[in-house]
Amino acid sequence: MDASLNGYALATSGLVKRFGALAAVDGVDFRLPHGARHALIGPNGSGKTTLINLLSGTLRTTAGRVLLKGEDITRLPAHERVARGLARTFQINTLFPALTPIESVTMAVCQRRGLGPVLYRSMKSCRDAIDEAYGLLQQLHLDGDARRPTKELAYGKQRLLEIALALASRPTVLLLDEPAAGVPQHESSEILAVISELPKDIAVLFIEHDIDLVFRFAQRITVMMAGKILCEGTPSEIATDQQVRTVYLGDASYV
Amino acid sequence: MATTAAAQLPALSDEAAAKALFAERARWRWPEIAYWIAVVLCMFAFPTHLMLIAQVLITGLFAVSFDLLVGYAGIASLGQAAFFGVGAYTTGLIAHNGWSEPITGLLAGALAAGLLGFVFSILVSRLTGIALLMITFGVGLLIYEAAHSAHDITGGDDGLTVGNLSPLLGLFPFDFLGHTAVGYTFVVVFLAYLFARLIVNSPFGLELQGIRENVRRIPAIGVPVGYRYMVAFTVSAILAGLGGALLAQITGTVALGFLSFDRSSSVLIMVILGGIGTLYGPLIGAALYMVAQDRLADLNPVYWNFYIGLMLVIVVLCARGGIVGGIARIERAVRSRWTRR
Amino acid sequence: MIANFLNIAFSGVAYGVLLFLMAAGLAVTQGLMNFLNLTHAVFAMLGGYLAVTLMNGLGWPFFATLPVATLGAALLGMLLERTLFRRMYGADRHLDQIMLTIGLTFMAVAATTYIWGPNPLPVRLPPYLTGLVHIGFLDLDRYRLFLIAVGIVLITLLILGFERTSFGAKIRAAVDNRRVTASCGIDVDRLFMFAFLIGSGLAGLGGALSVNLLSVDPNFAVAFLAYMLIVVTLGGQNGSIKGALGAALLLGIADVLGKYYVPQTGAFIIYTVTVIVLFCRPNGLFARA
Repeated sequence: MDASLNGYALATSGLVKRFGALAAVDGVDFRLPHGARHALIGPNGSGKTTLINLLSGTLRTTAGRVLLKGEDITRLPAHERVARGLARTFQINTLFPALTPIESVTMAVCQRRGLGPVLYRSMKSCRDAIDEAYGLLQQLHLDGDARRPTKELAYGKQRLLEIALALASRPTVLLLDEPAAGVPQHESSEILAVISELPKDIAVLFIEHDIDLVFRFAQRITVMMAGKILCEGTPSEIATDQQVRTVYLGDASYV
Repeated sequence: MATTAAAQLPALSDEAAAKALFAERARWRWPEIAYWIAVVLCMFAFPTHLMLIAQVLITGLFAVSFDLLVGYAGIASLGQAAFFGVGAYTTGLIAHNGWSEPITGLLAGALAAGLLGFVFSILVSRLTGIALLMITFGVGLLIYEAAHSAHDITGGDDGLTVGNLSPLLGLFPFDFLGHTAVGYTFVVVFLAYLFARLIVNSPFGLELQGIRENVRRIPAIGVPVGYRYMVAFTVSAILAGLGGALLAQITGTVALGFLSFDRSSSVLIMVILGGIGTLYGPLIGAALYMVAQDRLADLNPVYWNFYIGLMLVIVVLCARGGIVGGIARIERAVRSRWTRR
Repeated sequence: MIANFLNIAFSGVAYGVLLFLMAAGLAVTQGLMNFLNLTHAVFAMLGGYLAVTLMNGLGWPFFATLPVATLGAALLGMLLERTLFRRMYGADRHLDQIMLTIGLTFMAVAATTYIWGPNPLPVRLPPYLTGLVHIGFLDLDRYRLFLIAVGIVLITLLILGFERTSFGAKIRAAVDNRRVTASCGIDVDRLFMFAFLIGSGLAGLGGALSVNLLSVDPNFAVAFLAYMLIVVTLGGQNGSIKGALGAALLLGIADVLGKYYVPQTGAFIIYTVTVIVLFCRPNGLFARA
């Protein structure tokens, strides 16, 4: 049973999260292969964000297991999962308002390089980390705003910074929680470009409500409903699936 | 009209400018340099006020220790005086009971305070909001009450006399005029300040600021918040304890006032009025507070409390950067007017 | 021995009732607006001062001073809320809140000292509220009995109001989830204002009722702040009125017991227990873990 999960970048087995009597996630068996582009969709309240929170370690599981590259990380706190190669972004920008992008991303890079607890070296001497951080900002088209406090950035740029922070940890698995949420039309092309240019060796699981985005980027789609996985398949399979249509459109006779 | 100012600055590329940010943040600011020069000058200009100058330095160190927590880590504690007092009482008791070597006594006090800081960080790690505030408040009050009750050890309301200290390094006896005391204090406080400066400009210091800015996001970039708090509290407590120990040594007494809520609240005020999160702002805030208090000592305390309260309210509402923030703003305004010529 | 102990416990309950009245408002505003109001004890102090000044200076009967004390404190609370506090609600403004309210407290203490002087005010209660009442083998203090009786009435009204009225329901909803409550069309802004009004008014009433037991001096605003915070953190977090009541009663009894049996270390024990409890149960004694 376990051996079959080892080959996946991320896998869960019987994952459950209960809040009192409510089972927000109710027995989820999920597989994410290496380098995948996998979308997680479902109506509001279906448990998508809870699942992401369980995977990232933000929430503790009630039951079940989470495996990262075959290793059981169920008991690991969030920050240790990051060190093992699991990173996430947040649906609502959760950034460092007074810090600039160069500082935020350099901080994440330093942490990855083990410089986090170091208090006897000055930041300015950590040239490699700073160079790496700036390179990442360039990739994500944030280099022009590198010195501006995060709170002054346009919303779309902040969304990009969300992704930059996650990429700074050099993850094997990247969880994107509605990456394009709230981004106005004229700023969304940058985000779409960034998502499509994500390194091929990173396995990406993203929650999205924007169906165009989902069908554009996903190789596989998982549909969640009431805490369980309803079905899973390629975009075309999901698009024609009867159950999915009922869940989303309410009535099978809708075409 | 010559654009001399603009021509003087080398044009940095965006990339170089971005990467140079860290060096810029770590630069010594002119008010910072001015403070230290002013202190040295005062030591020579006012030989009859050496004890006051030493106390200003010590209070400055205390304020710096607090800024580390409140300005950089974002933890508003109402019990910082506990560290100050524990350092003072430990060093005082050591000297009181016969060990008169000053430097080891000082370090013992700092270490005792550091230990308390470490224990405290464990208490604090699970709490936020009002519970966090209460536990910092509670520990401060608890330690005060403990010192008050244990009057056999601490002297209770009467306090403790520290007794005569041996000459510093065997060479410099502590005299009544305070020459040795102020020199000793200056060296210790300056070194401690340099250490604090080093920390805030290190990767650790950056992560502390990250914790202050968004404690939710920090674990998501791999940072173990609890461990960072441990170090932050321990270092802050060591610096505060160092200050308390110094004050005990140079004034020759330790009293309950070292641990009081009054001391905790006044250091909060000094840090905020001086400029939270800058390290040198609190130094300047502490100096101004101490000097003002000394000059206005005969004034009715009612006026003092009222205007201090009022200043705090004004700073919160419209002058968040405190005094050094105001100076920086004026500087920017002057500079932009100058370059427009 | 037993009589002594019961008498002391009775005293403790009275004190607990008083602490609850003074701290309940703080529990609600902290849970509702996520606002750390360190000025809260000032409202209670104002209530006490108004009551005593009216009694001593203008010869008002005690009961007539109570509504004035309540109203005075309520108005001060509303004024502060409308002009200053409402700009900084929320967890990310905690430091600003602490700074602002400490500053205001300093100003209030200074102003009180200026107007009334630094010494405690003398309190003379009407004779029908002083003296002892004999119940069985106990001699109970009449004023404390009165306090408990008033307390029971107020607490019942408060809890019923919280749980049975639509206003109470709105408050509970807003504590739980402010955004959703607002999107239901409820004017959360006005809700906050009324909650603040009631909370500070209650504190003022508590302060007025406390004049016979606690010292009416300018230091009140700082001296009792700690106990109010303890009540809120041990029981009243997230706006729990019943939790605050439980914590207040426990604290009241513990404090009086401590002062009687171990007068040297009474306060120390209370603070230590508070710290330990908070460490083990960060959300308070009665919260679901």
